[in-house]
Parts: sequence; structure tokens; C-alpha cells
Amino acid sequence: MTELATLTVGDVVAEATYHLTRDSLVRYAGASGDFNPIHYRDAFALGVGLDGVIAHGMLTMGVAVQPVVEWLGPRGVVVDYQSKFTRPILVDADHGATITVTAKVGLVDDDGARIDLTVTFDGATVLGKAQVRVVLATA
Amino acid sequence: MNPELQGREFPPTEPYLVGREKVREFASAVFSTSPLNFDPAAAAEAGYPDVVAPPTFAVVVQERTLAQLLAAPDAGIDFSRVVHGDQRFTYTRPIVAGDELTARLTVSSVKTLGPHSMVTAESAITDASGQHVVTAISTLVVRGDE
Repeated sequence: MTELATLTVGDVVAEATYHLTRDSLVRYAGASGDFNPIHYRDAFALGVGLDGVIAHGMLTMGVAVQPVVEWLGPRGVVVDYQSKFTRPILVDADHGATITVTAKVGLVDDDGARIDLTVTFDGATVLGKAQVRVVLATA
Repeated sequence: MNPELQGREFPPTEPYLVGREKVREFASAVFSTSPLNFDPAAAAEAGYPDVVAPPTFAVVVQERTLAQLLAAPDAGIDFSRVVHGDQRFTYTRPIVAGDELTARLTVSSVKTLGPHSMVTAESAITDASGQHVVTAISTLVVRGDE
């Protein structure tokens, strides 16, 4: 494993594709305790003006950081992670939804690096200013 | 929304004991493959006392503070109109199984944007010894009538 200081701004450190299904949403609802029915009941989602059942923003955020966690391994930790939720991910009952994550180095300094995430669904980005600050582990 | 919420501090939540199986369940739900999230031996090898929670796990504890905010009788927040605008976690150290976490909510800002309101809620999460673990910050948008 290389040290973080050898990274160059613009390097792509990880790319991954994830397939979310209604099962994924139910699983996340249970794991997180967020049982808002817009994430599993079509009629309810339509009733509040959505186009259908959508993924939890926090599920998208949770999944999107995983390629960074895998790339980093035990040598480093995430010390800051932020994102804006700019576009909902509609999860089709039959076909689910596929999201793509690209993790690129945004900044390198003495302490670590900032990794910027681009998360897309259906040809458009769904998270804004998704930034992960990573440092080498001291544990 | 009640603008007087700005600056309000809420009482600490009841301690939340982070369970190993809960960490594994959450890790599976966010498609983690990290051995640190699942295997106590791998976590120990990396210097942690037990399995390590994924970076967004703090939302489970933070959620208890957001429930306090939404339930505040004078807040005037209609839950069915709430949209999650943005989220941030700032960690002093990773959460690990066995942690007993307490969260304290402060409403750092309340803004109005046309018919909509935005509330920024900051939850400081500390361990059983009172040391800071993570601060979780959410901005919630409460949609008004267009």
C-alpha cells in the first residue's frame, strides 16, 4: 500500500457500480431505523408527489463511500464525510436502480487527502459536493 | 417553522450501546465488504477493540436527536414535508462495537427561503467517558406551499 502523500490530484482511486433493489431499501430501513414509507410503498411515495419509491439519501451516501473504504483498507480512516442530496434515485420494483461511483483525489496535504465522489444514476449525478477526508490510521 | 429554535440545545439522548451484530447488519445494508466491519480478528489486527462501524453509521444515533427536534411541540415542523438537504459527519475516531454513545443536539441555524424553511441540526456524539467521537450535521428542508 502506498502512502497517501504520493497521491496526485485528479487520480481516480476507485470506481464501482452498485445495483439497488427494493430488497436493498428494506434491508437499509431495518438496519438504519429509517422506516419512512417513501422508501418501500409506491402509493405513499406517489401520494407525496414523488415519481415512485426512492432510495434513502443516507443509503446512497453510505454505499457511495464504500469504494473509498475498500481502497483505503486498514491503513487509513475516514475522518470527515459530507454530501448534498441533489436528486432522488427511483428504485423500480422489478428492475431496481444501478448507481455508479467514481472516487477521485481532490486534495492532498501533510495529513491526508480529500477524495471527491461522483455518484450517478440514470445519466445524472445524485449527490453534490460529496467529499471524503481520509487520513492514515493511528489506532 | 419556529425561528426561535435557532441556538436551542436539547437534552442528551439515552446512551446507545453499539452492538457487533448491528454493525454487521448496517455494514451489509450499505454493501460494505470491509473485514474491519465484520471480523473482530481483522479489527483487532488493525488496533481496534471490536468491529468498526461504517462511516455513515453515526446516523443511527443521530436519528434519535432528529426525533427530539421533530417532536418538539413548538418546532412547527411537519414531518411529511421534510426533505434531507445535506449531511456531514466529522469524526474524532471511528465508532466500534461496544461503544456507549450519547448525542446532544444543537439547532445551529434556521433559515427561510421563500416558502421553504431550512434547519441545520448538529448532533455531538460522545462515548461513555465523555470523549468526542463524531459530530453529525444535517440540514433538513421543510417544503412550504409553492
